[in-house]
Amino acid sequence: MRHAARRGLADLLLAALSLLAILTAPTVVEAAGPERGAVFGEGGTPLIFRSTTDMTIIRPVLERFVERNPDLAVHYEQWASNALFDNSRAACEGEGGGDPADAVLSSAVQHMVWLVNAACGSPYVSANTAALPEARRWRDELWGITEEPAVIIYNTGAIRGQDVPRSRFALLDMMRTQPDLLRGRIATYDLAESGLGYLFAHSDSLEATSFGALLEGFARTEAVATCCSSEIIRDVAEGKFLIAYNVLGSYVTERRSPEVGVVMPEDYTLVLSRAYMIPRQARQKEAAARLLDFLLSPEARKILTKIGLVAHMDPAETGLPLSARRAIALSPSLLVAMDRHRRDRLLSLWEGAFVPPFRP
Amino acid sequence: MVEFHLPRGLAARVLGAVLLLLLTGGLLVSGSAWLNGRQAARQAYDRILLGAASDIAESTRIQDGRPVVDLPVSAFKLLAQAPEDRVYYAVHGPSGGLVTGLDLAAVVAPRPRSGAAAEYFDAPLQGERARFVQLVRRFAERDFSGEIVVIVGQTLRARRGMALGLVLDALWPMAAAGLALMLLAWVVIRSALRPLKALSADLSHRDPYDLTPMPAESLPSELQVMIESMNRFMGRLDRQVRAMRTLISDSAHQLRTPVAAIRIQAEAALEEPEPESRNRVLARLLARTRSLSTLLDQLLSHALVMHRADSAPRALLDLREIALDIVERRDHEVLAPEVELRLVIGETPVMVWADAFSVGEAAQNLLVNALKHGIGPVTLGVEQCGAEAILWVRDAGHGPDPAIAERLGRRFERSPASGENNVGLGLSIVKAVAAAFDGRIGMQTGELGFQVSLILPSADVKETVE
Repeated sequence: MRHAARRGLADLLLAALSLLAILTAPTVVEAAGPERGAVFGEGGTPLIFRSTTDMTIIRPVLERFVERNPDLAVHYEQWASNALFDNSRAACEGEGGGDPADAVLSSAVQHMVWLVNAACGSPYVSANTAALPEARRWRDELWGITEEPAVIIYNTGAIRGQDVPRSRFALLDMMRTQPDLLRGRIATYDLAESGLGYLFAHSDSLEATSFGALLEGFARTEAVATCCSSEIIRDVAEGKFLIAYNVLGSYVTERRSPEVGVVMPEDYTLVLSRAYMIPRQARQKEAAARLLDFLLSPEARKILTKIGLVAHMDPAETGLPLSARRAIALSPSLLVAMDRHRRDRLLSLWEGAFVPPFRP
Repeated sequence: MVEFHLPRGLAARVLGAVLLLLLTGGLLVSGSAWLNGRQAARQAYDRILLGAASDIAESTRIQDGRPVVDLPVSAFKLLAQAPEDRVYYAVHGPSGGLVTGLDLAAVVAPRPRSGAAAEYFDAPLQGERARFVQLVRRFAERDFSGEIVVIVGQTLRARRGMALGLVLDALWPMAAAGLALMLLAWVVIRSALRPLKALSADLSHRDPYDLTPMPAESLPSELQVMIESMNRFMGRLDRQVRAMRTLISDSAHQLRTPVAAIRIQAEAALEEPEPESRNRVLARLLARTRSLSTLLDQLLSHALVMHRADSAPRALLDLREIALDIVERRDHEVLAPEVELRLVIGETPVMVWADAFSVGEAAQNLLVNALKHGIGPVTLGVEQCGAEAILWVRDAGHGPDPAIAERLGRRFERSPASGENNVGLGLSIVKAVAAAFDGRIGMQTGELGFQVSLILPSADVKETVE
């Protein structure tokens, strides 16, 4: 396995240690702050909005929102998911300096469920929130805003027509029948690094027995576990990787290029809904509720669809039957993903599958 | 202090009482329904907690001498039966250290073991009340021996919802039943009070001078008692009113003539120049005045007897004493000094329930009649004859002619023989007394002479002693 070969054992240890540090000493506030930030609108009331969503993607939604609400100034901060979790948790426990967030939107939904389960959210009910399906709200304190599928992408130059794997079984067959073509050219998220990758892998492990076979296949074809959606998509477009598994669909939409083909697996497609929470300590709960109602409004949904955060998943359009859609439900079951034994076990399975025979 | 004013209407009072009864019952049943509902919800969700805890305990295994939990999603699916509740889980090792858990910083401390495999307890979860179960699983492996403790908890939102639902389900039909009972009670009370309403309508439409008895046959027994006593009262009132009328008309009728005669004789006396004839007129005037005085006495006595017969309380009295009193008064010596009077009484008391005055007057009148019209000697006697007590007066004569005797006792009935001093009220008084005390008058002519008796029911002395 190339990446493992490149990476030293020390790195692994370091990652494990830092993970352990996070889990065992949660009250230690991470020094990490927002990666980027900007203020939208010139209203008198500041609304601190912390999110894992790329600012360039979400910009049109926020611009429209402040247009509709001229009294608000949205202080948007883009955070890494783990840092955002630590920040929110510290705020919830009454620790941590700086202003508490008024609204949090994160793709690491298991973190959000954990926070709400720890009584860190505040409830809100409106016609818009009540209209959400069960899987996309919990306790009226957590709401799923987006609909983003986990997809398989492929290089359209190398794979076309009947060869395109329309499901996991097709991918498994392909790995079995064409190992030489795919050797070292399948990419997926590194679970230890990417919270999103871990969440998808966890959901896969719950969803079907095909997960074990997939891991095996990845091991046999010396698949590459790497980080970062944008690099994976770029590498697939350039032909460095032929196939990438479980990539967040919204990123693909954003970086659309003719060389990248998208497949929503027909056996089942995981659908992630970024979770929105109004922290208990929020100072502008009313404004945060307004933002929530706006995000769920038809107007915002139109923009979100345009920027890819709400995927076109019409069965007529994608050929994906409704029954194959697996929403990652906002429910306490996601707490299982946060359990350290469970995580250790999944990671060890992962690492075991990816350990190459020729590792130094 | 709040004063409670009872509503005036009988129906309102009874309805109020029924309402109070139903409300009290309703409150008691609601309380019990709430307790039951809470109990049921607690049991139902406690089982879910236990199921989840068992799931987690079962999925724990020993790996390299350490317990490892492969947290099952099924446990959380079970807990999701209460979809809106926050959850807690933790697995503790033999030494109490945390193996794994939801929040490594906020740990709910395990309870001291009591020996039971599963124990439930209440504790706060992030400031909210929650219910926990603590489950122990023992391991006896080569590299690990001891027990692990699984704690699973959940907030109470679903339990409250279920308890409330159960209570409401129980209360709706009960409220409906209560309403139906209330309506039924209203109808029943209305129909039960209908006779009373009819009665009051009857009373309010009655002529104020109408003292006839009210019909009581169709009324409930409770009301019959009331109506009967009211009828008795009205009867007495009626008799008294009639007696008063009689007195007035008698007085008017009887007094007018003698008073006019007295006036004429007084005028004649004034105009009489001769002292001798004036004295004669004056003597006649005196006789007239005496006669008027007697008449007044009798009238008043009659009125008094009529009045007392109804109103004076009856007392137990001995007829012998009445007779003795009359003889000892010695009026007869003034009235008829030439007639011999005998008294015949026994040694045993002859007791009756009556008014001493009325009976005394009656006896006096009987005696006076005998003295005036009969032939001496006159005998006054008292005797007991079976259930009857008899006070009698006997003279040696033959009594009046049967034709006259038949009319005797009517008011103002005078025989041609009766002089000015007799106005014929005597026997009428006796008759009134006899009627007032459930007795009668007896007349008979025998070998010994003519006898008039006042016969009264004898008082049962034994009964009265008791």
